[in-house]
Amino acid sequence: MTMPEPTVSLEIFRYQPDGGGPSTFQRYQVPYHEDWVVLDAINYIKDQLDGTLAYRWSCRMGVCGSCGMMINGVPKLSCATFLKEYYPHPIRVEPLANFPIERDLVIVLDDFMKKLSQVQPWIVRAAEPPLSAGEYRQTPEQLDQYKQFSMCLNCMLCYAACPMYGLKPLFLGPAAIALAHRYNLDSRDEGRASRQDVLANEHGVWDCTLVGECTTVCPADVDPAAAIQQIKLSTAVDWIKRALRPGGGA
Amino acid sequence: MTESIPSHEHDIIVVGGGAAGLRAAIAVAQADPTLDVAIVSKVYPMRSHTVSAEGGAAGVIKANDSFEAHCVDTISGSDWLADQQAVEAFVEEAPQELLQLEHWGCPWSREPDGSIAVRPFGGMKIERTWYAADKTGFHLLHTLFQTSLKFPSIRRYDEWFVTKLLVADGRCCGITALELRTGVMHLLAAKAVIVCTGGAGRIFPFTTNAAIKTGDGMGLAYRAGVPLKDMEFVQYHPTGLPGTGILITEAARGEGGILVNKDGYRYLQDYGLGPAEPWPRLRAMELGPRDKLSQAFIYERQKHRTLDGPHGDYVLLDVRHLGEEKIDQKIPFVRELARRYVGIDPVREAIPVRPVVHYMMGGIHTDLDGATPMAGLYAAGEVACVSINGANRLGSNSLPECLVFGARAGRHAARFVRQHSPGDRATLTTLARDEARRIAERYLSKKGGRERIAGLRTEMQTAMESGAGIFRDDATLRQTCATLADLQGRMGQLRLDDHSRSFNTELTAALELEFMVDIAETVAHSALARTESRGSHQRTDYPRRDDARFLKHTLVYRTDGAPRTDLLAVGITRWPPGERVYGR
Repeated sequence: MTMPEPTVSLEIFRYQPDGGGPSTFQRYQVPYHEDWVVLDAINYIKDQLDGTLAYRWSCRMGVCGSCGMMINGVPKLSCATFLKEYYPHPIRVEPLANFPIERDLVIVLDDFMKKLSQVQPWIVRAAEPPLSAGEYRQTPEQLDQYKQFSMCLNCMLCYAACPMYGLKPLFLGPAAIALAHRYNLDSRDEGRASRQDVLANEHGVWDCTLVGECTTVCPADVDPAAAIQQIKLSTAVDWIKRALRPGGGA
Repeated sequence: MTESIPSHEHDIIVVGGGAAGLRAAIAVAQADPTLDVAIVSKVYPMRSHTVSAEGGAAGVIKANDSFEAHCVDTISGSDWLADQQAVEAFVEEAPQELLQLEHWGCPWSREPDGSIAVRPFGGMKIERTWYAADKTGFHLLHTLFQTSLKFPSIRRYDEWFVTKLLVADGRCCGITALELRTGVMHLLAAKAVIVCTGGAGRIFPFTTNAAIKTGDGMGLAYRAGVPLKDMEFVQYHPTGLPGTGILITEAARGEGGILVNKDGYRYLQDYGLGPAEPWPRLRAMELGPRDKLSQAFIYERQKHRTLDGPHGDYVLLDVRHLGEEKIDQKIPFVRELARRYVGIDPVREAIPVRPVVHYMMGGIHTDLDGATPMAGLYAAGEVACVSINGANRLGSNSLPECLVFGARAGRHAARFVRQHSPGDRATLTTLARDEARRIAERYLSKKGGRERIAGLRTEMQTAMESGAGIFRDDATLRQTCATLADLQGRMGQLRLDDHSRSFNTELTAALELEFMVDIAETVAHSALARTESRGSHQRTDYPRRDDARFLKHTLVYRTDGAPRTDLLAVGITRWPPGERVYGR
């Protein structure tokens, strides 16, 4: 007697903006393989069971940042989350929390894209030396200052995990702040003052109450909570310096 | 979809937002900030496949290196099929492009004194590969994307799927694109279009390539009547993870990793890459070129000296002797990927690997400025064939290729558009309406049809692997060509589950499959026509290189029937064809 092929059940959030009615959950039964990630199961559904399911994916190796989803309520990259972490229990898959939903598992990214531009995520210099002058010298120690903050995938898991972003959509949010910090800490950059307007205003770092979920869910080991903490500290130091300056003070 | 088509106008449209596309757009903005340039991409730029490049980017910067040496490595690596004028331009400009990325903030790994660090790579006689640990493509892409945000003349259309190039009076004057969010077809007119959509690895079943690498740009140009060049040359990277095809970077070998068979024997020494000792040694053994390493795997399999796993045969990539500290410092992503996807910690165990489709040496036929034979149409990066890669690309040449030729295409297009007016709007509108109607009738309003996308896609991929893989011959290629012709016919029978508008990824998958079947045909027919063996194209029925007949590029054209192939002379300047020598 042959054993039946093991299967696992996925409950997937469905929403179609053009005439699909209210959102629902749809249950699919898919083959269970120990080496399958949740994305493999979703691709199986798309290819074999239901071509109407919409979601984003691309690299399937945890680096492009496309396939973030809520998996049993936790924001995760579906290409880096294995079925075996849940089997034999059903797996509930939803679009990333705190974002408007475009369709099914596809969220609207417009807000982040706007905020990313606002933090000026590029090298700002008063004077740009010619390329013929060669590279800026940057020691491995100087590189280490900002390196971890440069690892951000823009995958949006931290925004989905952030309770403050859920409450205050104007909050700049963990990834944008971490990337601003990445450039502030880069020895080649002179743009900290010009980023400070966005970082230190009411919707910048001060909106954060240091829950720290952003750091917990980050798939690239970035620590946005530390970036926020460090910016708060340096901003406070700026104020104190200004207050102590002769003729200064708020 | 036959209602009026919303339209937009730009000076230049860049299709694709990876390294080549972003560099091209920035080059336009730098050349002339009054020019209005748009980037149209089916994904947000930071999702582009450049993000997956790991090992590094070659550029001559160190005192022990030379222009001559990088040229020689590239040309011999190409099995003399690269155009030497293109290689010279590439080698000359790569260092300044990499320096430009450094000035824009790329976190290149450094020497203790703060200068750029370089590492050895396969087929290179001198270590010249710049790297950002083993996420070089990721950092390069994010640096370019973030830098692009500071140029106000760059407008982006994120998640717009380009379906067709619009040609009026023989000139490329725009595109049609589906806005994925709404499903609405738009007309985007421009005086020049630069195609930078990358490769087509997904025509094969087992590839390092991301899901988006479906040959769209090659298909767009081919359908517009522009020839593709050297499509038979498909690079297999020797070290992919079994099952997923996830890439384990060549940097693992650059840093000292070795390849062994089931007996623990460094088998590459049996295939013209040895002797094994002393080690490490450049242009030898594990630091040989990718074509020869992937072919050696097949010979080992024939000798029953590979290991047998649930996802096929494999050999072992062993980096344990590097030690945990060096692994974590130089190739941390290798460790992360191996642990996550095969459950192996490279610090303690050797990594199972097998050859995997990685890169298309061929692409849209262009000159040194990225210009195609069609006025107003440019291409750069993997989608193009300049050619610097010939029959086999060297690892770490592709990222600087995107930068050098992306920038060249951008600058040239900026000059071109100053001398040209927009195409005739009435003609473009008619073309766009026809395209919208084609897609609606073929997919959205169609009743019936019995083929599913996944079924046809799998048949195509299986045909490519069985007939047009690492080793090919006349019979297997003819079989593959026949299967692909049959699939072309059955494409008309595709049935979609999804007839809605918003974010219809089944529709885009169907359009991608159209491009892929076209591109698969160009690969198989070009391979059939080249009756010699050179670089990555190995014909068991014609095992020798034949310079008398085939020191030539293949050009392939679309016809109403099977693709038509032609030959084009290779540009030779200072390096006459010779024997490829490694290991000695």
